[in-house]
Amino acid sequence: MDAPSIETRGLTKRWGSFTALDHLSLRLEGAKCVGFLGPNGAGKTTTLKLLTDMIFPTEGECFINGVSVQESRKRTLEHAGVLIESPEIYPSLTPREALEMVADLRGVPASERRGRIDTVLAEVKMSDWADKKVGRFSKGMKQRINIAAALVHDPEVVILDEPSTGLDPRGMAEVRAIVRDLKKSQRLIFMSSHILSEVTEVCDEVALIDRGKLLFFDTLANVTKRFSDGHASVDVAFARPIAEAALRQETAALSSVKNIVPLGGQKFRIMFEGGLEAQEKLMEALVERHLGLVSMAESESALEEIYLRQISRGD
Amino acid sequence: MDAEEHATVDPRGGYRAPRTSVQVPKLAGYQFREYFRSRRFVILAFIVVIIGVILTAVVAHFRGAIVSTNLAFYGSFWGGGVDLVIVLSAVFFGGDAIAGEFQNKTGYFLMGLPIRRSAVYIGKYIAAYLASALMLLLFLVILVMNGAYYFGPGLFPWELLFSFVLALVYLAAVLGATFLFSSLFKTSAYGFVLTAILFLFGFSLIQDLLTSLVHIEPWMVISYANSVIGEVFSNPVNWGWAGQTTTTMIGPRESLVTYTAGVGEGVVIMIAYFFLTTLAGLWLFEREEFT
Ligand SMILES: Nc1ncnc2c1ncn2[C@@H]1O[C@H](COP(=O)(O)OP(=O)(O)OP(=O)(O)O)[C@@H](O)[C@H]1O
Ligand SMILES: [Mg+2]
Repeated sequence: MDAPSIETRGLTKRWGSFTALDHLSLRLEGAKCVGFLGPNGAGKTTTLKLLTDMIFPTEGECFINGVSVQESRKRTLEHAGVLIESPEIYPSLTPREALEMVADLRGVPASERRGRIDTVLAEVKMSDWADKKVGRFSKGMKQRINIAAALVHDPEVVILDEPSTGLDPRGMAEVRAIVRDLKKSQRLIFMSSHILSEVTEVCDEVALIDRGKLLFFDTLANVTKRFSDGHASVDVAFARPIAEAALRQETAALSSVKNIVPLGGQKFRIMFEGGLEAQEKLMEALVERHLGLVSMAESESALEEIYLRQISRGD
Repeated sequence: MDAEEHATVDPRGGYRAPRTSVQVPKLAGYQFREYFRSRRFVILAFIVVIIGVILTAVVAHFRGAIVSTNLAFYGSFWGGGVDLVIVLSAVFFGGDAIAGEFQNKTGYFLMGLPIRRSAVYIGKYIAAYLASALMLLLFLVILVMNGAYYFGPGLFPWELLFSFVLALVYLAAVLGATFLFSSLFKTSAYGFVLTAILFLFGFSLIQDLLTSLVHIEPWMVISYANSVIGEVFSNPVNWGWAGQTTTTMIGPRESLVTYTAGVGEGVVIMIAYFFLTTLAGLWLFEREEFT
């Protein structure tokens, strides 16, 4: 069996004279999770809707597992699990009935349906609500059912548009766990998100688009390396207020420190080179000077910085 | 269109979506259950009962000519309410069938499934048709109970059954148009309003204008065709494929021209309406974007 794949070729979508998506060409292949990033209105949802035949391209074509979506929606969507725009489920249905309908229309045999439904309901932690009407559910509960519906037929390709919207922190953590599990079982996941920490945590590759144009697409490791100019960064916090200039002065002796950025309050981000050894020296120096250092952590937001830099470049 | 329907073994494993011919009745079943449980189903059933009760009261009050023969009775009772029941059913079950999927964002749930757009449209149509037909049946039951009271049980003219079948044909046409309106606009309200206005007044207005001003047989207007539902109770019945023109002198110099559709003609027109509106609706829905 070939590895699962998603491909877009010169995919373009215009609404009148406005170009929402401009010749997007991407090829995703294999068991992995690809994060799809971009500011509001960048064209992420547009791309995912084109991939699932909800809207039609002005130019270009897209493929799931090598089959054109535009030519055969039925055959391509068979292999895909889709969650786009947080759909509403008919309010009179219970989660079990909604998933039963999805599984039935997707051709999951009656004998396996119950098992599959129980499995996905447990995965999204909604087993206790299986037989209550969806109409009264909260936004996050509905979103969990939508995620379950995207997974009930155990798809090879999973397309998720901001799956964590509306979820509580535990729900977000559960989504991350679900995505990690999917990767283990040879699934290709293409997921748009605004939560960079989520992308950093579960995605192997990232694509960034802005105003309908692809800015970059690479593995997360490469992206971080390529755009951070080889710098690592740590976030430090102090017990007492300290001026940025003062901190610069205190660390001036350390040649490894390249830049200091205030993060507000008594927190700063320190960019440095030289790996762990340099980081150790930096920590020692800050402690020795009794500035009130209370924490030092690797900054999680490497991706955020790259993101902000790439997006602002277009302004 | 594509070969997907014929492949039985999926080289990739996983679950194969059933054939379209299997998916359509499945979807219709789920949609029908949705209608059946909905509040509007109960409300409409209640309205149909009210219409039945009003007609019962009117007939009981006037009796006389209305109950002179059972044909006259069924002609006025059935003919008097069936149009309204059909149009209300179409509005209730079809008015937002397509537009509602956009407006309520339920469409995104269905459209992510491996199912053709036409299958969604047809499945929803069948469900709405069945729900409406149930309303028609409810009205028939009220009618038959009245008939049994006046003419004794067991004396039901075959014309009634025939007229019921004609009403089912008319329902198909009205729902066809309703679904077309519903896919024409993404706002549910337009579908409701357009269907109600056109089928309650619009078409008969056009028909009157054509008849009295232009003096041509208004065969292209569906309200003309649907008059055959009541026509079958009259005497004599024009069973033909062409309309009848009657000229009545209503003054020394003025004459009134009326046209009566032949039953065959009416059926053909209603079926044509059904096909044309359904094809147009399908064509639109195939091109509709879920934005
Ligand atoms: N039906 C439409 N008609 C006109 N423009 C549209 C339509 N749908 C989307 N757009 C435009 O296309 C652009 C891309 O929208 P899209 O929904 O893909 O953004 P997004 O990246 O998903 O943003 P977000 O992060 O806010 O979800 C936006 O500028 C939007 O205004
Ligand atoms: Mg979006």
